[in-house]
Amino acid sequence: MLKIKDLHAKIDGKEILRGINLEVKAGEIHAIMGPNGSGKSTLAAVLTGNEAFEVNEGEVEFNGEDLLDMAPEDRAREGLFLSFQYPVEIPGVSMTNFMRTALNEQKKHKGEEPLSASDFLKLMRDRKKLVDIDSDLTNRSVNEGFSGGEKKKNEIFQMAMLDPKLAILDETDSGLDIDALRIVANGVNKLKRSDNATILITHYQRLLDYIEPDYVHVLYKGRIVKSAGKELARELEEKGYDWIKKEFEE
Amino acid sequence: MPEIRFKQTILECIMATEQDKLLEEVTNREYQYGFHTDIEMDMLPKGLDEEVIKEISRRKKEPEFMLEFRLEAYRNWLKMESPDWAHLKIPPIDFQDMIYYAAPKKKPQLESMDEVDPELRATFDKLGIPLDEQKVLAGVAVDAIIDSVSVKTTFRETLAEKGIIFCSISEAIQEYPDLVKKHLGSVVPPGDNFFAALNSAVFSDGSFVFIPKGVRCPMELSSYFRINAMNTGQFERTLIVAEDDSYVSYLEGCTAPMRDENQLHAAVVEIVALDRAEVKYSTVQNWYPGDKNGKGGIFNFVTKRGICKGDYSKISWTQVETGSAITWKYPSCVLMGDHTVGEFYSVALTNNYQQADTGTKMIHLGKNTRSLIVSKGISAGFSQNSYRGLVKVSKRAENARNFSQCDSLLLGDKCGAHTFPYLEINNNSAKVEHEATTSKIGEDQIFYCNQRGIDTENAVGLIVNGYVKEVINQLPMEFAVEAQKLLQISLEGSVG
Repeated sequence: MLKIKDLHAKIDGKEILRGINLEVKAGEIHAIMGPNGSGKSTLAAVLTGNEAFEVNEGEVEFNGEDLLDMAPEDRAREGLFLSFQYPVEIPGVSMTNFMRTALNEQKKHKGEEPLSASDFLKLMRDRKKLVDIDSDLTNRSVNEGFSGGEKKKNEIFQMAMLDPKLAILDETDSGLDIDALRIVANGVNKLKRSDNATILITHYQRLLDYIEPDYVHVLYKGRIVKSAGKELARELEEKGYDWIKKEFEE
Repeated sequence: MPEIRFKQTILECIMATEQDKLLEEVTNREYQYGFHTDIEMDMLPKGLDEEVIKEISRRKKEPEFMLEFRLEAYRNWLKMESPDWAHLKIPPIDFQDMIYYAAPKKKPQLESMDEVDPELRATFDKLGIPLDEQKVLAGVAVDAIIDSVSVKTTFRETLAEKGIIFCSISEAIQEYPDLVKKHLGSVVPPGDNFFAALNSAVFSDGSFVFIPKGVRCPMELSSYFRINAMNTGQFERTLIVAEDDSYVSYLEGCTAPMRDENQLHAAVVEIVALDRAEVKYSTVQNWYPGDKNGKGGIFNFVTKRGICKGDYSKISWTQVETGSAITWKYPSCVLMGDHTVGEFYSVALTNNYQQADTGTKMIHLGKNTRSLIVSKGISAGFSQNSYRGLVKVSKRAENARNFSQCDSLLLGDKCGAHTFPYLEINNNSAKVEHEATTSKIGEDQIFYCNQRGIDTENAVGLIVNGYVKEVINQLPMEFAVEAQKLLQISLEGSVG
């Protein structure tokens, strides 16, 4: 589904990603962990096409197509979803209108008819139930006045609505209390199928108690320095990142 | 509560569907109402003097008092100068190089739509003007004006049953001279300002609305104006009188054909609200704004003022201004009666080389008067957009309240947004609050939309429509949808 080859990216002339290699197949959940400043969020931003970053080397294939060649909105329409670390507020724009616009853009891209108002509302109700989100959130403006936890839940709700092929969850667990964490994790688990994939970007192992990854990668100084099964996450939790740093520096 | 929310959601879906349609239409980038109709015109030669004014009055078979009104205004106007205090660059206007009277030659007396000049009907169809029977269901009564003379008025009978008068101002001058004589110029006197004086001297038509005591007008009254003749200044005159305990909502929308030369548009609107009367006046203004290089476009110099004459009366202005090369417009409320309320909701969008200097005046004279100002400016391209507002509390106006919210949104870094609030408070019991913000559409907001599959142009449309929601919500449903479309179309090509 996703093949990253030797990806380098920089911001303001400073190289943040220094040769990432990663392959994600359908049905898999990958966790990307690493200390602060290792490039985790940059990877998410580069994959989704944030223009603040410049890709200076490497290639990314998404479902057989050149991802880096696509506009951000086309990447989204092709089924790439990012749950933002810091979702922005868009005052006055209702979630209903926002989601309907997004969903219909996706349908148009696929050459499908837009959803009727009643079908759309039905889908909203259904998805809300699936990810266990308060009805109230979708009646408000996009993220406006939402608490940190509400914003993250809202990201998962949008993910459920748009049904992406590949979802990247950027630090979705940060700032969540245990109940919100459970709701978010349940949502992700329920949306998991054999034909989609998830990349979890996280600093802590905590989220991985609820979502079981197939692979865990450690990102350090812009490179993946270690890849293993889910046991690696527990090891990192116990030992911290220092031993990785040490191992890598040596 | 949940039911109400659900309804809102459906409404939003309907709007969203409308937006989808809009996106398809949007591919046509040029001003879509840029066409004009070939209808034979009966017009006076260019230029203005007392003879021209007498001729206008004669052709319109006006009573003596109207001629005097016009001449007084003209003599005032001669002594006045074009105002220069606004934050606008106005090219010199040659008032002798304009035609002051043009009327379609065939003035039909019509029983049904079949009798309307087919070409005129085609024009209306292109504009999407709801003249046909279906619109009865939508509750819209239309007094359509092409150029200066009213061609067709609908729903008159329904309104007449309730004693409501809704007709062209020319007709009102003929049929109800006493009412016109009593109120015309009572809010905006003939010598009020340069452009109002000019309008008073030469206006050829407009609308007249009279709501008798205790009557709630059962439908939204709307009037579509359209400049249609080459080089013809358009001087509409509107007068709305709401007697005690009455209510009316009036809608005005404009489109104009594409032109190279600048066209002057100097309208006057007067509203009189008596005891406990409520008048809501909504405008969607979409005159031709000129091309991308600032060539052509309408000069829109408008005087709109309402007086809350009776106690507990209320006047509410809502405007969505997207058109015109230059806009100079300050819909105002004189809060004369005690416990009266004035409101002003405004969206002014400028793009390319458009200039707008718009706002309001809230004049508190009576006791316990309240006013609310919500102004949302949007500037893009090389445009200049100013809010100019006066809140005046007179000595006698005990317990006056005002709240003003003036927001500016900038798209790009070559445009300007300015706020000029004026406060004149002469009574210590007044409470006046003013809030102002200036913001830019954030790249992070646009990227967030992009990441959900919404391209940048639509993202901007979405964000802007969110920003103006408070004002758009004041508009009647059918106007709200139209206004959203206009905003998005007007921002075409302003980003990226």
